Amino acid sequence: MNTEPISNLHRVLSRGHFAVTAECGPPRGANGEAVREKGALLKGVVDAVNVTDNQTAIVRMSSISACKHLMDLGLEPVMQMVTRDRNRIALQSDILGAYSLGIKNILCLSGDHQRFGSHPEALNVFDIDSMNLLSTVRTMREQGKDLSGHALDGAPKMFIGAAANPFADPFEYRVIRLAKKIDAGADFIQTQCIYNLDRFKAWMDMAAGEGLTEKVHILAGVTPLKSAPMARYMAQNVAGMDIPEPLLRRMAGVPKKKAAQEGIAICLETLQALREIPGVHGVHIMAIEWENQVKTIVERAGLLPRP
Amino acid sequence: MIVGEQKPVQEILQMVAPHRKFLILGCGTCVKTCFAGGEDEVALLASALRLASRKDGRPVEIEELTVERQCEDAFIAEAAEAVSRNEAVLSLACGAGVQAVARRFPRSPVLPGVNTTFLGVLEHQGLFTEECAGCGDCQLAVFGGVCPFSRCAKKLLNGPCGGSQEGKCEVDPDTECAWHLIIERLSALGRLDQLRAYVPPKNWQTSLSGGPRKLIRKDHVI
Repeated sequence: MNTEPISNLHRVLSRGHFAVTAECGPPRGANGEAVREKGALLKGVVDAVNVTDNQTAIVRMSSISACKHLMDLGLEPVMQMVTRDRNRIALQSDILGAYSLGIKNILCLSGDHQRFGSHPEALNVFDIDSMNLLSTVRTMREQGKDLSGHALDGAPKMFIGAAANPFADPFEYRVIRLAKKIDAGADFIQTQCIYNLDRFKAWMDMAAGEGLTEKVHILAGVTPLKSAPMARYMAQNVAGMDIPEPLLRRMAGVPKKKAAQEGIAICLETLQALREIPGVHGVHIMAIEWENQVKTIVERAGLLPRP
Repeated sequence: MIVGEQKPVQEILQMVAPHRKFLILGCGTCVKTCFAGGEDEVALLASALRLASRKDGRPVEIEELTVERQCEDAFIAEAAEAVSRNEAVLSLACGAGVQAVARRFPRSPVLPGVNTTFLGVLEHQGLFTEECAGCGDCQLAVFGGVCPFSRCAKKLLNGPCGGSQEGKCEVDPDTECAWHLIIERLSALGRLDQLRAYVPPKNWQTSLSGGPRKLIRKDHVI
């Protein structure tokens, strides 16, 4: 896509700037003010804000409506959309509605299994998968048609993103899957949080070897560790999360009061290392319920002001 | 085969509570093979229920019978006399069998004693695993003989998801990741490139989503 930028995020990336995105998890309630408070902390700090879609399968305010609250503040959202809860009819309908409200970025995901969430007894949908969703959004954008082939009265021209986890198994297959996502429609990729830089570099090397880093913007994911127990918990309980033992020891080795500071320091070091990896076009900061630290991180990384 | 599991005795006791005289009807095909509803299970359950109701001071009269298949009228007919002698039938067949028996005997309450769980295989003695969703449009050729619709918790067509770790599914570490198996198998067959192809959305019309299904074999209709 070399035409007019679709969104601010697209503009930043297509002009070769190092992009910065962050994450905003909507509240477990109808409190729009909570979204606006989180958003205010990110204004002027990032190029776009990902709004999660019932993440970890916990019922929260819908992604679309939280995106709208952020737009009212002048922030650009990346609407996350999972295929767990809606079939192809509802997904397409929501994409049309979201675009009509001015939402211009989408991140297509399958979604966490409901077994880990607040409603493990729920029926899941998974009518289509994340790959199919990518292809659907691209078809809608480029052919102006829905999945049935029906011409749309107004095509959603969205900048399309996908997730990639370089740390899940089987490792060799991860790059094939990345290639499939790019072919299906991904313009940008946001990765799982990176702590194991060696493994991430190996993955990037493989991706570059396949010519994939030329075809897609890769935004490397980071999550600052808040405490030693949090780091340990993530390492042991979050599937596809790879936190090397030396980092866990480093977090455990500082006094409790200084752990958060150490977590930020690790995050900044990681960020610095990521910026030097060819093909990494930006960073995605997932400061879970710690949005007030995003500005500190972006500022100390020398990434302010935003282009 | 159709795999089922006998309901907990407590649940069965509550179901049969209104009846003082009932028939436990076993099924000698699928549920017999998975130890849920054959003759042996009928006998064991009958003893357990007799014992429990005696303990409660409300003894019951239980008759036992097992037919070859409860999903075929010719076999169900063999139970007609026994059904007529009893107030109710506790069927140990799969859900299909329970309904077929109920249809045949409109005046007898027919209660389910088994939870029908899945279409599966006997992996080894005592272990049954789900391997088919009965979706009506078999795509096993695409996936190297491993079905992601029945064996992947997210029914991914272009998996695996980010939760696949060391060949196991994030939903249950005792479950193999179907996509890991697909990749392994296609690698072994030298056909991994097959997975490079995008698998489009599945047509679910042939599944239950399209409404209850019927198969008519005109060549066999009498």
